[in-house]
Amino acid sequence: MPITLTASRLKLERSGKLILDIDRLALASGETLALVGPNGAGKSTLLQVLAFLIQPDTGAIELDGEPISNGNRLTAIRRMALVFQEALLLDTTVQQNIEIPLRIRGVSRHDAQIRSVEWMHRLGISPLARKQAKKLSGGEAQRASIARALALQPQLLLMDEPFSALDYPTRKGLLIELSRILPETGITTLFVTHDFSEIPFLTRRVAVLFEGRIIREGDIQEILGEAAVSLSTWAPWDNAAISNPSA
Amino acid sequence: MNVIWEGLLAAVRMLISLDPEVLEITWRTIQVSVTATIISIGIGLPIGTWLALTRFRSRGFWVSLVNFGMGLPPVVVGLVTWLMLARYGPFGMLELLYTPTAIVLAQSIIASPIVAGFSMAAIQAVNPKLLLQIRAMGTTRFQFLLLLLWEARLGILSAIIAGFGGVISEVGASMMVGGNIRGYTRVLTTATVLEVSKGNLELAAALSIILLTLTFVIVSLLSHWQQKKSAS
Repeated sequence: MPITLTASRLKLERSGKLILDIDRLALASGETLALVGPNGAGKSTLLQVLAFLIQPDTGAIELDGEPISNGNRLTAIRRMALVFQEALLLDTTVQQNIEIPLRIRGVSRHDAQIRSVEWMHRLGISPLARKQAKKLSGGEAQRASIARALALQPQLLLMDEPFSALDYPTRKGLLIELSRILPETGITTLFVTHDFSEIPFLTRRVAVLFEGRIIREGDIQEILGEAAVSLSTWAPWDNAAISNPSA
Repeated sequence: MNVIWEGLLAAVRMLISLDPEVLEITWRTIQVSVTATIISIGIGLPIGTWLALTRFRSRGFWVSLVNFGMGLPPVVVGLVTWLMLARYGPFGMLELLYTPTAIVLAQSIIASPIVAGFSMAAIQAVNPKLLLQIRAMGTTRFQFLLLLLWEARLGILSAIIAGFGGVISEVGASMMVGGNIRGYTRVLTTATVLEVSKGNLELAAALSIILLTLTFVIVSLLSHWQQKKSAS
């Protein structure tokens, strides 16, 4: 079951500098939100705060209306999956990389194996099951990383520029697959990106983060239409992808 | 050169004839050094992990202390252990001086900072983002540490090899707290020193060659395991 995510009055300071100042950020159940912004805007930090990897100075995060505190933090983390820009695989085989987090979350060995086989198949990496993770190419490793996240059947998926290190064909292939998988699984998703051409594949809802604050939030056409000039300087723009994501 | 050659022949003769005294000294050397290495892993690995993962005000001091400890002169460790275990020392009532246990204690003190220092370096070499990914899997503290040690296992094996190398080769501490008692606390290094002092250079060379062979075999086994893990 997908869940809602609500973050309110999040503040985080480092060395006297305000890194995050989020008044309110909400994701409805099953919704996908793209978070964009220039380097140093605080996108990755916000994602790590939402993943409970960084403790904010103030503010509250709720999952399905339930406030998360120290007491239920581990349970909350186990409802999520996080995909980083780097694949960050463990030094073992691809299949074990997918099964280990499942075992950590209490899934039986048998079920973990079934799920890993299923998701390796769906992401086209079944032939790599017994290959050592460190011998994978960048695209293969990121597929394994996404398979690891989706096999967890998370209620909330957080992705931090998961495609930015990949070449264009690999990136596009993965985006097309995710554009099928996310609506089908209904996972509530927040993904950070630098590349606006990726957004239309996964969602139309965009939030713009600037100097730790969400300065705009809304439909992609509306947001990018308003800020087209400045946004076009951040990343290459693919108009064709917006009009036809699966093209 | 002749002494080394004679020593080599003597070593082969002793091993082939299964000289009971040499076998007994060799077996004691293995027991003492392996026990001390295991204890130093028990002490050094948690300390290295703690220093690698935590940030606190006096951390720099503790890191310096561990690095300093990696170069502790065995003779000084031997002297301090001797003073602690001597009849009038704080642990004199335990009556451990001139026992194999005293050698194990001294060698553990020598090897623990080595294991701690190398473990700390190995854990610090793990990609910090991978640590975030492991936490994001929903690991408990124990599961986190297990995965972390798995990722750092090659460096940790190096730490164990270095710790073992430190204890099997030392002589000063073993001589001081063990007393080199025949049939009780004599190990290969102290036996070699004794034979040199008696002028039995061939026998000393033979014991050295056995010590070198023993060290080589154990370190090779650990290295083979390490490199197998590295290549897999």
